[in-house]
Amino acid sequence: MTNTEVNFLKGQKHLTRRYRAEQRFQWMGRAAIAVSLTFLVFMVSSIFWQGKGALITTKIALTVDLSAEMIDPANIKGASFDKIIKLALRAEFPEATKRKQKKKLYALVSSDAGFQLRDQILENPALLGANQTIWVSASDDVDMLMKGHIDRDKPQSRRRLDDQQISWIDALSVKQVFNTGFFTNGDSREPELAGILSALVGSALSLLICFALSFPIGIMSAIYLEEFAKKGRWSDLIEININNLAAVPSIVFGLLGLSIFLNIFGLPRSSPLVGGMVLSLMTLPTIIIAARASLRAVPPSIREAALGMGASPVQATFHHVAPLALPGFLTGTIVGMAQALGETAPLLMIGMVAFIVDIPGSILEPATALPVQIFLWADSPERAFLEKTSAAIIALLVFLVLMNIIAIILRKKYEIRF
Amino acid sequence: MQKTPIITAKDVDVFYGAKQALDKITLDIPEHKVTSLIGPSGCGKTTFLRCINRMNDLVDICRVEGQIEIAGQDIYAPEVDVVALRAHVGMVFQKPNPFPKSIFDNVVYGPKIHGLVKTKDDMEEVVEWSLRKAGLWEEVKDRLTETATGLSGGQQQRLCIARAIAVKPKVILMDEPCSALDPIATAIIEELIDELRKKFTIIIVTHSMQQAARVSQRTAFFHMGNLVESGATKTLFTSPQDERTQNYITGRIG
Ligand SMILES: Nc1ncnc2c1ncn2[C@@H]1O[C@H](COP(=O)(O)OP(=O)(O)OP(=O)(O)O)[C@@H](O)[C@H]1O
Ligand SMILES: [Mg+2]
Repeated sequence: MTNTEVNFLKGQKHLTRRYRAEQRFQWMGRAAIAVSLTFLVFMVSSIFWQGKGALITTKIALTVDLSAEMIDPANIKGASFDKIIKLALRAEFPEATKRKQKKKLYALVSSDAGFQLRDQILENPALLGANQTIWVSASDDVDMLMKGHIDRDKPQSRRRLDDQQISWIDALSVKQVFNTGFFTNGDSREPELAGILSALVGSALSLLICFALSFPIGIMSAIYLEEFAKKGRWSDLIEININNLAAVPSIVFGLLGLSIFLNIFGLPRSSPLVGGMVLSLMTLPTIIIAARASLRAVPPSIREAALGMGASPVQATFHHVAPLALPGFLTGTIVGMAQALGETAPLLMIGMVAFIVDIPGSILEPATALPVQIFLWADSPERAFLEKTSAAIIALLVFLVLMNIIAIILRKKYEIRF
Repeated sequence: MQKTPIITAKDVDVFYGAKQALDKITLDIPEHKVTSLIGPSGCGKTTFLRCINRMNDLVDICRVEGQIEIAGQDIYAPEVDVVALRAHVGMVFQKPNPFPKSIFDNVVYGPKIHGLVKTKDDMEEVVEWSLRKAGLWEEVKDRLTETATGLSGGQQQRLCIARAIAVKPKVILMDEPCSALDPIATAIIEELIDELRKKFTIIIVTHSMQQAARVSQRTAFFHMGNLVESGATKTLFTSPQDERTQNYITGRIG
């Protein structure tokens, strides 16, 4: 005996329709995720593909004459290393006698070759006194040739190296090595020498300043506004203004920084200090909004419990409410800092766009930042800067990922589950 | 019986904005007794309870008029410090709300902020004493460092009671402490209330007439913001003076 009014069986019409709608929705969701993932993978892999070349550089072996005639062992630094390099090249190819030919020959090695020779000798004075084979950086054009970016089949008028230069290179012994210089050098006009360290340090210092300013100020403002301030017209006004600030184009903050921090307070131009201050103007609203949201998400029963125990409002906030909201504080801060890390426009306004070779040693020295460095390199005509640009983007992404990982670890550590 | 009451409320009016929630409440609460507040939903029991430790201060739109004295002191006088007041008037909320910290930290929090404990030994002592009084010690003594939110609902409520008595208040306010509990947990808490009354004065809001009859010596019946009737629990339940009380306890309104 089955009761016809009760039917638990699968395959009923209205149920099937409902399940189909559910399936449709799930598939749409998966498709959306697939599309965004595809874009992401495409973007990241193309950047990696372009940028990986920057991690390789080309070195040329030269037999240099380090006899006492060329270098006085008592006064190594007084020697003319450029000349030694040039002589070594001419010895290799005696047929280059005309001025123009010689110039083309010298262009095969980096302008830094003389300094590299000097550094190697200073490190190992035993080299002195005889002919030695040493490795120096090739110029960016040679590097491009070795990486296959210069087409040998093109007519020579349309490539950066002519037939004779190519034949010289083929005769020299060259090798491709890992480009440590990319991580230890500052910027340079010569692409084969340009590195990201100064930009990396500049970014790190600016972010440090930005964090030191915006985290405490942002969290304190959020706590005050959410837990202590009387709700009313004033608090509404402040809330609206903060929300608006979060949407202000970042270049406006740059202008503000220019006119206030530089022109009125006279802080050093191009410095990470001012950069960090300007960035913190930008991250503050983000942090405040996120922190307020996470404070609002703390169950009111926790506040009542604490106050009912006779805790003062400050004790209730700092002993119970803020710890529960801490993961939210961290999330907001990281989102803000990640934005700040990628920000270029405001830094341009305060002069962090300068050409900086030296690694900034303090927050007051001129510096640049990773996104600005990317912008500068992307703007350079040399083919070799193209791969540098992508490599710098990779560095920026790695920086970002590291920041996020730290945030996730911290969040996990402080998360309290109910 | 004719001892001076520990709490006296005189002509207490409470407004939420323009809406009046309590109207001229005058009620004496004797020491070391359990007083229960009963009445239909929305009649103002919670509101009255929250006046006694000034939790209503937290509600922006709430305004309290009239006079409430505890042990002869007007608690709404300007020179009164609410933090000190709440140290003497503890509260157990309707929904268990332990802090998401360890059981130990939950109990020791009050004594700590009020400076009642200094050393680790003091703390352990007060934790054990409070948990024993709340009838929870045997169940949790091996897991004091575990987080309190992992306890069952009834255990959490007893923990909240332990937390409230740890500061040794004069008065404990309980807002429907058993509303989320099963009969066994309820029985444990009722026993506990009876035990606690030797040391403290207890005011309990309850929707269960049986509970009011079981645990309290005095009962006050509220209706639509008015205190209709109050007196010894037995008298109130057996021979109510007012028709509304009669209707409520026999189940005709509420
Ligand atoms: N925060 C508030 N804001 C506005 N009105 C409130 C607020 N709290 C309580 N009220 C109103 O005051 C009246 C009394 O509420 P109260 O919570 O004291 O009732 P109660 O007797 O405890 O009811 P219950 O038995 O349902 O808990 C109700 O009409 C309620 O709507
Ligand atoms: Mg209530």
